[in-house]
Amino acid sequence: MSNFIDLFFNLDIMGQAWPLLFKGLIITLKLCAVVIGLGVVGGLLLALGALSPRRWLKWPAVGFIDLFRALPPLVLLIFVYSGLPFAGLDLSPFMAVVIAFFLNNSAYFAEVFRAGIQSVPKGQTEAARATGLGAAQTLIQVVLPQAVRNVLPDLLSNTVEVVKLTSLASVVSLSELLYSANMARSVTYNSSPLVLAALIYLAILWPLVRLISRYQRGIAVH
Amino acid sequence: MRFLDTFFDGVVMAKYLPDLLLAIVTTLWLSAIIVIGGLALGLALACLRTLGRWYLTLPIVAFADIGRAMPPLVVILIFYFGLPGLGISLSGPMVLILVLGGVLAAFAEEIFWAGLTAVPKGQWEAGRATGLSFAQTLFDVALPQAIRLGIPPLVNRALAITKMTALGSVIGVKEILAVSSSAQSFSGSATPLTMAALAYLAIFLPVVILSRLAERRYAWSV
Repeated sequence: MSNFIDLFFNLDIMGQAWPLLFKGLIITLKLCAVVIGLGVVGGLLLALGALSPRRWLKWPAVGFIDLFRALPPLVLLIFVYSGLPFAGLDLSPFMAVVIAFFLNNSAYFAEVFRAGIQSVPKGQTEAARATGLGAAQTLIQVVLPQAVRNVLPDLLSNTVEVVKLTSLASVVSLSELLYSANMARSVTYNSSPLVLAALIYLAILWPLVRLISRYQRGIAVH
Repeated sequence: MRFLDTFFDGVVMAKYLPDLLLAIVTTLWLSAIIVIGGLALGLALACLRTLGRWYLTLPIVAFADIGRAMPPLVVILIFYFGLPGLGISLSGPMVLILVLGGVLAAFAEEIFWAGLTAVPKGQWEAGRATGLSFAQTLFDVALPQAIRLGIPPLVNRALAITKMTALGSVIGVKEILAVSSSAQSFSGSATPLTMAALAYLAIFLPVVILSRLAERRYAWSV
């Protein structure tokens, strides 16, 4: 038991690793902000494209969504990070991560927004247009608020997935939370820094995960 | 032309195709074990939770919450690098199966549970009143409906988890990404990465398209 605590919950080592992990945490948070922001905007545009009656808009959007939902994010990341330099594009790890995860997340957010927009009855759009609202006004003021409310749990769980996804950036040596923790592990020969990183992820994501469960039960009851 | 040579070099493709085929087999059997094990465990946990005993519910909810909130790569690193310190040495594939199977079980438990709570209380009461036992009511009345409700999210989740087998490349599992990454660095060509992307598309694109059909077929129509 003391061996277990020494190896996984060593407070001395956690204390030593904390400054490094804190720096990593800041990078993780920055990365989340950029990737979630881009993913939401890209996803919304893709969803509108996929639902468009115009074929030249619809099929490329659907193709994009399916393509990037089928590729594992890590494969995408490695492709962007070590493949694109062959095409003369040298990217910093941060840019590579942002590009790869943008492609992945926008496809996932697009599916959520599509489901949300489809859940709003057609009569809403027709009524809005009939009362003189423009197409953009109808979308922004009538359809989207209801769409977002209807898929809020899915939007939340997608956001949780994105935060977890950023840990993959450690594979291309971006010094985010997991990379820093793994560095500290290899220097100290002790897993406590990894456990500390796990606890930090848990502290950030557990409240969100609880909230998602609450929503699911709410839907189930009605 | 230079683009074709870099990303679609026929000689490189022919050279690494046998290795890649082996890697595809590895990815497939790992995925099969993870999906079957994860879904079975998730289902079992959701059924145990219906018993309503706090000493069962509490650990199940904790497991499901932690499994959903923790980035899998963090847990993989803790298992792979940390457990040997306790005298437990697990192979790369074993770690991958335990962690990804566990994560899928956590999500599956929540999905099955949401489905079970969606079955109106009256059906439970009617089942018991007509002389069915608790187990019969659970397995013959409630569960078939819960599983039906859960199919679209379960397909999506299983797909997401099987894509994560690419994380095995970080701990030396010879799956598609690991084999093509090392082929890329040996050959000095980006072609193996293209092959990896194509292999993943061949495996997952049909599943993505199937999941669209499943979603339409099983959409909240109960």
